Amino acid sequence: MFEGVDFMLLDEELADEEILARDTVRNWVTQEFMPVIQEHVRKDGSFPMELVPGIAELGLFGANLHGYGCAGMSNVGYGLVMQELERGDSGLRSFASVQGSLCMYPIHAFGSEAQKEKYLPAMAAGESIGCFGLTEPDFGSFAQGMRTKAVRKGDGWILNGTKRWITNGSLAHVSIVWAQTEEGVRGFLIDRGTPGFEARDIKGKFSLRGSVTSELFLQDVELSEENRLPEAKGMKGPLSCLTQARYGIAWGVIGAAMACFDEVVEYSRERIVQGGPLASKQLTQAKLADMFTEITKAQLLAHRLGRLKDEGKLHHTMVSMAKRNNVDIALQVARVSRDLLGANGIVDDYQAMRHMVNLETVRTYEGTHDIHTLILGEHITKMRAL
Amino acid sequence: MKILVCLKQVPHQDARLDIDGAGTWIKEDGIKFEINSYDTFALEEALRIKDAGEAEVVVVSIGPDRVTQALRTALGMGADRAIHVKDAEIDGSDTLGIAKVLAAVAKEESPDLVLMGLMSDDGNASAVPPMMAELMGVPSATAVMKATPEGDGYRCERELEGGALEVVDLAKPCLIAVQSGLNQVRYASLKGIMAAKKKPMDTKSAGDLGLSGVVGAAGAKAQIEKIYAPVRGEGAEIIEGSTDEVVTQLVGKIKELGLL
Ligand SMILES: Cc1cc2nc3c(=O)[nH]c(=O)nc-3n(C[C@H](O)[C@H](O)[C@H](O)COP(=O)(O)OP(=O)(O)OC[C@H]3O[C@@H](n4cnc5c(N)ncnc54)[C@H](O)[C@@H]3O)c2cc1C
Ligand SMILES: Cc1cc2nc3c(=O)[nH]c(=O)nc-3n(C[C@H](O)[C@H](O)[C@H](O)COP(=O)(O)OP(=O)(O)OC[C@H]3O[C@@H](n4cnc5c(N)ncnc54)[C@H](O)[C@@H]3O)c2cc1C
Repeated sequence: MFEGVDFMLLDEELADEEILARDTVRNWVTQEFMPVIQEHVRKDGSFPMELVPGIAELGLFGANLHGYGCAGMSNVGYGLVMQELERGDSGLRSFASVQGSLCMYPIHAFGSEAQKEKYLPAMAAGESIGCFGLTEPDFGSFAQGMRTKAVRKGDGWILNGTKRWITNGSLAHVSIVWAQTEEGVRGFLIDRGTPGFEARDIKGKFSLRGSVTSELFLQDVELSEENRLPEAKGMKGPLSCLTQARYGIAWGVIGAAMACFDEVVEYSRERIVQGGPLASKQLTQAKLADMFTEITKAQLLAHRLGRLKDEGKLHHTMVSMAKRNNVDIALQVARVSRDLLGANGIVDDYQAMRHMVNLETVRTYEGTHDIHTLILGEHITKMRAL
Repeated sequence: MKILVCLKQVPHQDARLDIDGAGTWIKEDGIKFEINSYDTFALEEALRIKDAGEAEVVVVSIGPDRVTQALRTALGMGADRAIHVKDAEIDGSDTLGIAKVLAAVAKEESPDLVLMGLMSDDGNASAVPPMMAELMGVPSATAVMKATPEGDGYRCERELEGGALEVVDLAKPCLIAVQSGLNQVRYASLKGIMAAKKKPMDTKSAGDLGLSGVVGAAGAKAQIEKIYAPVRGEGAEIIEGSTDEVVTQLVGKIKELGLL
């Protein structure tokens, strides 16, 4: 049974419904997701789409949004849900992050009433899947350099450009695409089947194999003004979505770290090396003590971050610190776990290596580790690094 | 239509159990609890009846503070109201004591249908449901694999030894104790969990139910003498040979021990 880590008795700080939400998702992941993930990762690198109705029924899409069929959880509750999903796989958490934080959130925050009515209930119900197209082949960290362009044509718009590394791109019923316009960066909703719009999957991924990553091609895509998010103006639009998603990641990766930790503690107690359990060796205990401590510190950071978010006191630099730190320690935990598992650690009967390679993506997307370092550096020095 | 569902909270099936100092119960600190698996099927059955028509689903659990978690889960899954019977006086009740408490709750609620598990994952007594039905004076069926509305009650298919089924008709009000696996139990949804915050949960004591002095260790006819892990046996002997040889040898051994 996966029980997670709660050394600092953080459960005592949680509301009943937050614990209940976490435990429900934990059970769901154990019973519905764990039995299928290995096959999806091993065989063809796909997301278990058959689970989408179940995820929606649980109310996991846009769980911290209010109204339009969303659950209206606290941000800590939402974070715990992300943690449990990523305990399963970073691809599962990515699916929910993209749907909730990167797609439903901007429609909720920047959309017209008609757009909210049209998209949000269907997305909460998992009937409509979204993707978020910001990154381009030539512009990742420096997204504001994007080349995708939208020009006015009569009452509408014409879009041209390419987006790359887009989670759920080919699965999406609606793509949120960010483009340069004469007035600055704007966000557009592109429904599946719109002429000139095409999505192709990126193959050969070592990481996040349980998630679909695509390239989006836009060639003279004609959209009406109703397809534009009216309240999203400038890079603030996409960046505020990223703050939401990064918040979820800061929690999510704790789940991945705890999955590895749980597995390796059990393994090291059973595995006999040179006359005793691996767990009885001082070197092992030092490693486990470090993992345990780092997981606990990450939890404290995420928990405080969540409460600040609920109180409306969150600053995006705080999210940067948590995303940067927590992904980093999760990756360390996964690497050390993989190591302690020995040769068993390289096969997919054990989770550590799957989490480890997944976390390489998580380290890169939603602001690379370095980019968050620079954000914190600028916050400290008030100087933008050169 | 009102349905009363009895839920027992039991140690999680994967929890490591240690016996307490007195040797009559398990150490409860630090272990995780869950709803008795049989009772989850009973709850699901009740929620399906509610989904199909009109019904109020009331859940009841007897136990310390921790059982509110089980009740909240049930509310999150869709039950309408919860009753938490909490009283140190009830500790140490035998199965009849528990049945008396549940029957007293049923008397106050007068449900058309009581749904519960056939047995508990921890106690395994399978005794509470028939006792409760007797105390309520209503017909009951245990090990029910399927219950369908029929006339003024329910037609129940009971599982018998060897896979045979028995069909019994119960007139309402009645009590049905379900076998596991008769349905696919839903998960609580986040929306349901949020909605559950506003659903009522009443707390009752033995006194509130008019059972002061009747239940608990004092009123128990059966008492747990001790709980212990099976002792590793010694001197086991495996008899080999043809069936006839084995039987002859075995009977010889039994005679030798003066047991026959
Ligand atoms: C599986 C997967 C899914 C993804 N899903 C999405 C999605 O759904 N939507 C979306 O829009 N994008 C998505 N991305 C893209 C992701 O956000 C980008 O990959 C990320 O922003 C980094 O951009 P890049 O790959 O162009 O790397 P680069 O920006 O080229 O960075 C390469 C390296 O240079 C470093 N670096 C960059 N700038 C600086 C600097 N100024 N100073 C010092 N070092 C620097 C980086 O830290 C990194 O180590 C996804 C990526 C992956 C791998
Ligand atoms: C000294 C002593 C100490 C004990 N301490 C404890 C203790 O601390 N905690 C504890 O849980 N038990 C304790 N018990 C056991 C308990 O009081 C009853 O014996 C037991 O709950 C009934 O037996 P069973 O669960 O095996 O019943 P079963 O007949 O197997 O149960 C069948 C069904 O009855 C219903 N039911 C049973 N119990 C409850 C309940 N509590 N609330 C709602 N519905 C219920 C459920 O629907 C269940 O599926 C103790 C007993 C003794 C003698």
